[in-house]
Amino acid sequence: MAVKDYIREKFFPHIWCPGCGHGTIMGSMIRAIENLGIKKNNIVVVSGIGCSSRICGYLDFHTLHTIHGRALAFATGVKLTRPELTVIVPMGDGDAFAIGGNHLIHAARRNIDITAIIMNNNIYGMTGGQYSPSTGYGDFATTAPYGNIEQSFDLVKLAQGAGASFVARTTTYHATSMIKILEKAITHKGFSVVDVLSQCPTYFGRKNKFASPVDMLKYYKTNTTPIGSEAKEKNPDLIERGIFVQEERPEYCLEYDKIIEKASQRKVTNGKV
Amino acid sequence: MKKDIHFVQGNDAVVMAAMYADLDFFAGYPITPSTEIAELLAYRLPIKGGKFIQMEDELSSMCAIIGASLTGKKAMTATSGPGFSLKQEAIGFAVMTETPCVIVNVQRGGPSTGLPTSGSQGDVMQARWGTHGEHAIIALTASNNQDVFAMTVEAFNLSETFRTPVILLLDEVVAHTRERLIMPKPGEINVVERLKTSVPEGTDYHPYLPREDGRLPMSDFGGVHRYNVTGLMHDMWGFPSVNPKVVYGLTHHLVDKIQGHTQEITRTKEFFIDDADCLLVSYGSSARTALHVVENRRARGERLGLLELQTLWPFPSDIVRKSCASANSVLVVEMNMGQIFQEVKKAVDDPGKVFLANQIDGSFITPADVLNILRIIQGKGS
Repeated sequence: MAVKDYIREKFFPHIWCPGCGHGTIMGSMIRAIENLGIKKNNIVVVSGIGCSSRICGYLDFHTLHTIHGRALAFATGVKLTRPELTVIVPMGDGDAFAIGGNHLIHAARRNIDITAIIMNNNIYGMTGGQYSPSTGYGDFATTAPYGNIEQSFDLVKLAQGAGASFVARTTTYHATSMIKILEKAITHKGFSVVDVLSQCPTYFGRKNKFASPVDMLKYYKTNTTPIGSEAKEKNPDLIERGIFVQEERPEYCLEYDKIIEKASQRKVTNGKV
Repeated sequence: MKKDIHFVQGNDAVVMAAMYADLDFFAGYPITPSTEIAELLAYRLPIKGGKFIQMEDELSSMCAIIGASLTGKKAMTATSGPGFSLKQEAIGFAVMTETPCVIVNVQRGGPSTGLPTSGSQGDVMQARWGTHGEHAIIALTASNNQDVFAMTVEAFNLSETFRTPVILLLDEVVAHTRERLIMPKPGEINVVERLKTSVPEGTDYHPYLPREDGRLPMSDFGGVHRYNVTGLMHDMWGFPSVNPKVVYGLTHHLVDKIQGHTQEITRTKEFFIDDADCLLVSYGSSARTALHVVENRRARGERLGLLELQTLWPFPSDIVRKSCASANSVLVVEMNMGQIFQEVKKAVDDPGKVFLANQIDGSFITPADVLNILRIIQGKGS
C-alpha cells in the first residue's frame, strides 16, 4: 500500500508547524508498519497530550488520544484485553518523562508488549516552549529565560534501568534507519522504547539559536554516532544511536495466560466467594 | 427451590454482582476500605478467563479500564476517597469519550487521608462534580448486601445503556458489614450487553453520531471499524473540533443523555411514606439507621416514613418533591455536613421544613442521633 493509505486524508492538513520533525516520525512509522505487513485493523495507536499526541487523528488505525502522560496506562488496558493486537504508543518528552514517567517505568518493568515511541523534541511545544525533562542544561525555554539549571534524563538509561527489553535511539535525520529500528521495536515481544530525537524549530530552535529546521537536522547528523563507534571514543559528547537493548524476557500478557491456565484448575460455584 | 444463601461482606457482594454482570477486566490499586474487591477479583477473574491487573497508581487503574472497555470488555475499578480524587481526570475522559465503565468508591472520612478507616458519605458532591467541566454523571448507592448486589449489576447496565462511567458510591459500613446475601439465579436480574453497531465493514461508521433514541452503538477496538477516540471536543467521527455548533451539540448530548433520563435512572425504596407526617430521606449505610428509627417509631404509632435513595445522581428531584409534599417535616439522614440535605431543600416546595440529622466524627450514625433531631422538630426540646 502507499503511505497515503495509512492516513486519514480528510483530517489534513495537520497541525504541526513547518519544519517540525513529528511528521518524519509518522512517515517512518507508517513505512515500518507497511514493511511488516500488519493489517490496519490489528493496530491500536494510543497517545497522550501535546504536539506528538495529535498523530492519532491522522493515522488510519484504531486510535486513542488520551490524557497527558497516561497513554501507556490506557494502552495497558487495551493490550491486556486484546493481546493479539499491535499496540503502539507515540509520546512526547513531557508525556514520557515528566507527567507520565511513572507509567513508563512500570510498563517497562512489566515488560508488556507495547511499543513506546518517544517523539523527543526537548520542549513543551503545544503550550508554547517550556522546558521539559529532556531539555539540556543551559538550554533556553520560555520558563527558563536565564537558562535551564536542571539536568536532563537519559531516556535510554532510564528505560534500560526500568527493565525495558528493547531500547533504541534514533533521530529524524536518520529517517531510513528509523524505519528499520521501528520494525524491530514493533516486532519485539516485550516492552520496546524508541527515543527519537525530533526537531522543534518553532520553540526549541527559536530559543536556542537554531536558525532553521535544516540546522537542527544537521545537528542530529553531526552530533550523533552509531553505538560503539570510533568517533564516540574520540568525542564522548556525541549522542549514540542504534539498538542498546534487545533481550528476550517474560512478557506480561503471556505470563497472564499462565495465570489463567492455573486459575482454570480452580472451581468456583456460581456466586461462591 | 433451595436458595443460594451466602454470609458475606458488602465488598464481596460487589464482586459477586460484577461477575454476575459479566465483568471481564479489573484494574486497581490497594486502598482501604475497598481492597477486598481487588483481592477477590485477582482470584476470581482469571478463573473465567478475565483479566486483573494491579496498576502503579489510582489514575492509571482508571485509564486501564477505559482502554479495556474500548476493546468491548466490561471493566471496573474500585477505590476510596484519596484514590477517587486521583481518578477524576480519567473519569472525565470516560465521560467525554462515552466509554462505559464502573467505578466503585467505598467512602471513608476525608478530606485528604482523613479517617482510615471509618464510614463517611462525604464524597457525594465529588461524585457529581469531581472531574472538571460541564457534564452529567450517574451515581448509585445501597444500604445492604442484597441491594449492593442489585445496584452493582445496575451500575453495569446503566453504564452500557447510557455509554457513561457509573459511580457506585458505597461506604465503609456497607462494604465491611457481613450479612446475608441471596445469590440471584442466572437470568433473574437483567444484564444489559453492549449495544454494538450493525454498520458493515467498508461502510462509513460514525462512532459519535447518536441514533434517534440518543444511543450510540459501539465498535470494538480491533474490530472492522477504525475510528478516533479523543478527550477533546469532537465531531461524529471522533475527530477534534472547535466548531461552536459541534461543541454546543456535544455538551448538550453529554448532559441531556443522562439528565433527560432521570426518571429511567432513578432507583428508590419507600417505607411507610403514604401517610408519613415526618419523612426521613436517607441512603447508603445511614438508611439502615433511618429505617430502624422509622420501624421503631411506627410500632409506637408515630407516622414516620423513609424514602431511601439508591440513585444519587442524577438527583431524583421529582420523586423527592412528590414524596415530601404531604409531610409536615422532612429529615435527611446522612454522614456528612448536608450534601444531599441541600439537594432535598432545592427539590421540595417548602425548604423550611427540611432538617438534617448527621454524623461526621467517624462513628456510625445511630438512632439516638436521629431521635435527638426528631425531638427538636417535634417541639420536644433539645
